[in-house]
Amino acid sequence: MQVDQALQQNHPEAMAFSAAAAEGRFMVPTCGDCGKAHWYPRAFCPFCFSFDVTWEAASGRGEIYSYCNGEPAPGTNVIAYVKLAEGPTVLTHILDADPAALRIGLPVKVVLQAAKDGQYFPAFTPS
Amino acid sequence: MMSVGMAYIAGAFEHPTRKATDISVGRLHAECAAGALADAGLSRDDVDGFFCGGDAPGGLLAMVDYLGLKPRHIDSSDIGGSSYISLVGHAAQAIAAGKCNVALITLAGRPRTEAISGFGGPPSHPTRPWEPPVNARLVDLYALCARRHMHEFGTTSEQLAWIKVAASHHAQHNPHAMLQKVVTVEDVLQSPLISDPLHRLDCCVVSDGGGALIVTRPEIAMNLGRPLVKVRGAGEALKGQDGGAVDLTYSGAAFSGPAAFADAGVTPADIQYASIYDSFTITVLMQLEDLGFCEKGQGGRFVADGQLISGIGRLPVNTDGGGLCNNHPANRGGMTKVIEAVRQLRGEAHPAVQVKDCKLALAHGTGGWLGSRHGSATVILERE
Ligand SMILES: [Zn+2]
Repeated sequence: MQVDQALQQNHPEAMAFSAAAAEGRFMVPTCGDCGKAHWYPRAFCPFCFSFDVTWEAASGRGEIYSYCNGEPAPGTNVIAYVKLAEGPTVLTHILDADPAALRIGLPVKVVLQAAKDGQYFPAFTPS
Repeated sequence: MMSVGMAYIAGAFEHPTRKATDISVGRLHAECAAGALADAGLSRDDVDGFFCGGDAPGGLLAMVDYLGLKPRHIDSSDIGGSSYISLVGHAAQAIAAGKCNVALITLAGRPRTEAISGFGGPPSHPTRPWEPPVNARLVDLYALCARRHMHEFGTTSEQLAWIKVAASHHAQHNPHAMLQKVVTVEDVLQSPLISDPLHRLDCCVVSDGGGALIVTRPEIAMNLGRPLVKVRGAGEALKGQDGGAVDLTYSGAAFSGPAAFADAGVTPADIQYASIYDSFTITVLMQLEDLGFCEKGQGGRFVADGQLISGIGRLPVNTDGGGLCNNHPANRGGMTKVIEAVRQLRGEAHPAVQVKDCKLALAHGTGGWLGSRHGSATVILERE
């Protein structure tokens, strides 16, 4: 799927994420100076303001930092913050979760999802 | 800081409408401005400073022209619903610096009529590729905070419900309040889950309306014959996701609160009445902790058993019924927070909720999204 043209034009730096995700690779922006990974992605490091940031392959593993169950029914629309093994915490969606099994600290793994506009984003599912 | 004691809130007006189908947003701003000016005993042509937030249609350029103002000082720093609290501080600082004498702050909007929702940012918003696809609603970004608070500190849904119960006890005395019925903890817990753990009654109302304030210099305030409400201290802060080092256990009030208390030279124990932004019950609980009314993690105990009800509890909060029951005009609750604090300090709150001999009050707001990016603003007001 092609990424929406307006999105491409407005966010050229984000396109490398989608290109890798389309091939099944989950990349996280990582700083060449302080070594920290961050989220949401920027072309510079929000911790030390270095512009030496590259996309590095991430493990795709993390755990739930917090979650909530939205409508229409519990478990069908679970929004969460997931703390990645690489460090940063991501605002995301939990897919295919048994609502009774959801808990803070639950291990999850990444499921790369294409949004309606073609841009990929990391969702997660219990691992 | 310069704002201390150099400016007074001389006029305050809350528009009585809660559904403004036949009134444009611009006209609501004008009616609120007229109401606040009349309350102060001033006229439009006395205004030489104008302050507004992101709700003002067309921004400063349109509003100043539309209202026919001739300001020599302007400010439209927008931090969502907390803007009008921070703008009180900005106005006080501008007055202290000699930049204006009579500052007008307006707010108005019609979210109830217009049913506004969805991602409001521009296409260039830095989070556009990453967050809109997740489809988190506003309420979800508060529910995430509530869940984490429960996990870290053992806070319960019952404790959160007490915040709504207190608001409803106050709202029963407010003839303009959207929800005037007293509710119980059980009512809150039995209302539908909107974003588990938050129920429908943990959420504020959606209302049309607005409000306005007049801030002025001491020499002018003292000649108006109105009770003197001094801007004693102000603080503001922004909190975000910190590059992914997310910590949902506290809000920007942890910074704006201490700044305002230091500015005013008082402590939380001195505050007799507090207007605390109540977009959702969890917002109140976290802000009370962060402002220092109780220790971090003790907010649940602090608010339970009616402790926020005027005349009963340890800290009367939102005696107009707040956003939870009274009014949340333009989805921005900061303006009404200041207005009710002014009523309390003037002794003009409803007798059933009026704090006896109220001399020191605080108004605090959170604008934006508690769980991702928000503004925080605190003002401390004193009756002279
Ligand atoms: Zn760095």
